Amino acid sequence: MTRKLLFALPVLLFAALGTYFTLALRPNYDPQALPSVLIDKPAPGFDLAALDDGARVATPGLSGQVTVVNFFASWCVPCRVEHPILMRLAEKEKLNLVGIAYKDRPEDARRLIVQLGDPYRRIGVDREGRTGFDFGVYGVPETYVIDKTGHIRKRFVGPLSPEVALKELIPLVRALEKS
Amino acid sequence: MITEFGHFALIVGFAVALAQSFVPLLGAARGDAGMIGVGRNAALALFALMAIAMASLIHAYVTSDFSVVNVAQNSHTDKPMLYKVSGLWGNHEGSMLLWVFILALCGGAVATFCRNLPPALGARVLSVQGMIAAGFLAFILATSNPFLRIAVPPANGQGLNPVLQDPGLAFHPPFLYLGYVGFSVSFAFAIAALIDGKVDAAWARWVRPWALAAWCALTLGIALGSWWAYYTLGWGGWWFWDPVENASFMPWLAGTALIHSAIVVEKRDALKSWTILLAIVTFSLSLVGTFLVRSGVLTSVHAFAVDPARGSFILALLIVAIGGSLVLYAVRAPALAGGGLFAPVSREGALVLNNLLMATAAGSVLLGTLYPLFLDVVGGDKISVGAPFFNKTFVPLMVPVLLTMAIGPLLGWKRGDLLGALQRLWLAFVAAFLACLVAYYATSGGPVMAIVGFALAAWVGMGAIVEWAERVALFRVRPGLSLRRAIHLPRAAHGMTLAHFGIAVTVAGIAASAFDAEQIDLVAIGGAMRVGQYEMTLERVDRREGPNYLADEATFNVRRDGALIAVMHPQRRFFPLQERTTSETAIRTGIGADLYIALGDPDPQGRWTVRAYWKPLVSWIWGGALLMALGGMVSLTDRRWRIGVAVKARATGAAAVAAGE
Repeated sequence: MTRKLLFALPVLLFAALGTYFTLALRPNYDPQALPSVLIDKPAPGFDLAALDDGARVATPGLSGQVTVVNFFASWCVPCRVEHPILMRLAEKEKLNLVGIAYKDRPEDARRLIVQLGDPYRRIGVDREGRTGFDFGVYGVPETYVIDKTGHIRKRFVGPLSPEVALKELIPLVRALEKS
Repeated sequence: MITEFGHFALIVGFAVALAQSFVPLLGAARGDAGMIGVGRNAALALFALMAIAMASLIHAYVTSDFSVVNVAQNSHTDKPMLYKVSGLWGNHEGSMLLWVFILALCGGAVATFCRNLPPALGARVLSVQGMIAAGFLAFILATSNPFLRIAVPPANGQGLNPVLQDPGLAFHPPFLYLGYVGFSVSFAFAIAALIDGKVDAAWARWVRPWALAAWCALTLGIALGSWWAYYTLGWGGWWFWDPVENASFMPWLAGTALIHSAIVVEKRDALKSWTILLAIVTFSLSLVGTFLVRSGVLTSVHAFAVDPARGSFILALLIVAIGGSLVLYAVRAPALAGGGLFAPVSREGALVLNNLLMATAAGSVLLGTLYPLFLDVVGGDKISVGAPFFNKTFVPLMVPVLLTMAIGPLLGWKRGDLLGALQRLWLAFVAAFLACLVAYYATSGGPVMAIVGFALAAWVGMGAIVEWAERVALFRVRPGLSLRRAIHLPRAAHGMTLAHFGIAVTVAGIAASAFDAEQIDLVAIGGAMRVGQYEMTLERVDRREGPNYLADEATFNVRRDGALIAVMHPQRRFFPLQERTTSETAIRTGIGADLYIALGDPDPQGRWTVRAYWKPLVSWIWGGALLMALGGMVSLTDRRWRIGVAVKARATGAAAVAAGE
């Protein structure tokens, strides 16, 4: 009997493996997701010097309207690729974009804005990357959608592509604006 | 039109595969020669049909027919011809077609060479192959048709993923699949034997060349993939314990165990049910690998476009194929008669030890690969299992493998003389000791594992040479006589020596990685950095425009002791369409060491991040793998595989044993 059981061991082990595989295939299971622990939590507070030397860019000023916070840097090549999409989001879609110049020197960030155009309503200077750290920024560019109550609703890692902007970002912002 | 022809061939192929699955099986049960004969013809027909399907898809790629969705999504008119063809298997649908084509190739080969098999066994093997083909053809036709058309073809294709546009990667998948799918033959033999209820030396003699051929291809495939990762990913690593790498490594480990345990079945008529299990497990692990890559249940750099319908379909195939065969095993294997007995210290004993360690190693890799999935599925944390786990589990398992590897071949069958074998290995002891001293001198108290690794490499390498020298009685008889003995030695013996020596070379290459010198620095134009004995001056960085990317190309003057020895040009490419940055590393390869430069991001001051590595013996890792595959191929030319008739084979086998094999 024990001997028979021994020969059945492989198939029993495989049955366990198969169960796990089946569970892994259930809908809504996404191993690729890089979820932000901050989703649906209040956005971290920040109070940054403005790039244009105006009033400080701070969290409280964000609430009341849907805000898209974009971390960028002049030294980041993908940010330059993303830039035209941000320009469109600002000009055509009139999104409330707030830029945060991440670990960048103000003069470099200013040069970037002069060269490529300014899609942002406000730009904060995060010289040391503290705000980026609080948000859990993985690498620039990264984009966060913050609702009217100041809660983070979505995080986009890497440059926004036209598809993602059109199919995910804009619909989300519109939905949040209505709520 | 040609494309529709290919699609049609797939559909007809599915019907043929169904016929191949059941008619010969029924024929074998009834002893009906006519029905048994159907198997061979069906297998050959299936091969012809799959060749037509492959040819028509290749035709669509070569002529850039963008009305075929698969071509439009993965090709581009500007691509060089090599990548147009290799684009075929750079995507899910095309690679599945390649998979089935290779399966049909194996089936056709079995049909061609099966004249010497007992008809019932041959029929059952072919019908198992037919079932696998039918399952995968149904999968392709239902979920992944590569011949799908679009009504309005785009003007040009979307191109291939930039990191895949590389010669190393053009050949990596075909070899890998040849390995994966090649193991389907030994799987089919195992199932046929279980149905038959008979496993004997002749069976092992038929299985082993197929397993060996698949193993060679898999070895080459894995080595190519690893080499590609080394020169293209830009951080000098060559193995990342990525889930998909592991998926190819597990069948390799199980397959290595299989080709060794089949020797015991062949020579000593023992370890039968274990060998059957290994044959099933090896192919099952290949299937699991296919599932992992294509279902998207694991995060991996290799993942294909994910579609839940595909995942479910492959999972169903997996459950039928693996579950079914293991149930058959559970029912039938206990009845297999055990064979010859042997003492623990004997060649069989050493091979059993090798098997146990290899199987444990494959198990630990499986556990490490799937553990994140296990945890995630039951709602636990998201974790990843990385190199530390594998270094702590896999590496210790390999130490006894390497230790016994040199001893095993010197032990006699049935009962070995351990002391005698060890005495004959005195030269290997000396080599290991010298390697230790050299490594110690080079590092003076450096990493312990690396020194152990060198010692093991020397031990295994010298062990392989000593064993070979013993056989040809080198230096004990006249050189001419030694040469004659070497010529008359079975090719399989030469093959083993080569393959074992290859392992030693690879192990040395891996051990040497402990002495890598690495330097990451910000370098301004005109600035210099040092790695090892080399000084590299960044002369300039130019912006270049490629067909579909922007590149920053650096020019480094490499000096050693003040003398200019090389000018190297690493590049950093940005592909706007795919939003990917790739690294085109500059490598100066040598037998002794590689010098490796990768260009990183610039900083705001215009300085460039540069990674430079000096990697001693790194090319030995792949050189060793090449030797292993070569050893396997030399083994395949052994004349005893070509003598198919069982009676004759037995006689030759007895003669070989008598000759002191």
